Amino acid sequence: MKDAPSALRMARNSDGKWVERPLSPHLQIYRPQISSALSIFHRFTGVGLGVGTLLLVWWLAAAAGSDADYARAAGFIGSPLGLLLLFLWTAALVYHFLNGIRHLAWDAGRGFELPQMHASGKLVLGATIVLTLLIWVVGLMVW
Amino acid sequence: MSTMRSPLGRVRGLGSAKSGTAHWWAQRLTAIALVPLAIWFVFAVLAHLGAPREAVAHWMGRPINAVLLLALIIALFHHLHLGLQVVIEDYIHTEAARLAVLLLMRAVVALLFLTALIAILRMAL
Repeated sequence: MKDAPSALRMARNSDGKWVERPLSPHLQIYRPQISSALSIFHRFTGVGLGVGTLLLVWWLAAAAGSDADYARAAGFIGSPLGLLLLFLWTAALVYHFLNGIRHLAWDAGRGFELPQMHASGKLVLGATIVLTLLIWVVGLMVW
Repeated sequence: MSTMRSPLGRVRGLGSAKSGTAHWWAQRLTAIALVPLAIWFVFAVLAHLGAPREAVAHWMGRPINAVLLLALIIALFHHLHLGLQVVIEDYIHTEAARLAVLLLMRAVVALLFLTALIAILRMAL
């Protein structure tokens, strides 16, 4: 035992011997790794997409409203801030979509082995970058 | 074998949360529905970039597109409220604050959903 955190990790093992054990994951002692990082990122992008529904609802309401309403919504989305938000929203959507499929595969009992999990995680990250850029290249071409 | 649970509790089989797997299952069902709907939506947005309002509204008002948009917002806002509920329950530990934020979140999600619903119906009908 060196300090308070290590004192908190002291526990008896099944032989009754005192050993230093990790507590349940706590951000201060938890080493970041791809599994936890992607899990937190799934939540983070989910909340972000929730905020992003404001933009979706605005677009739908403007399309159902007047030409001036639509021009205002399109003007905001076409502004630098609007484009930045839309880009972040695209990336969040692609990530949440791909990692969500990863979650559904886990729910079906597949891909739980650590090497598979790390590989699928890296695949999701790479595919997020590629697909997000692809959507924007196509979008800027047809705009 | 002895059990700590009451006969009624065992028959209901719902555990202490009283809702069983309904929440978990609804989150998965809406997620599966959103897979094809999200792909369709991204293509739809790409196809209407820079289009005038009239063209967008006409396209959204066609029955097939209106139905898919309605399916999208139903699945989307249901999925959103289930997800935000879990996040709120995980991070807000004070009973009163948690309840207040949950109710506020539900109200905001419901109002957003109703706004989208009215907008789509107005273009379709």
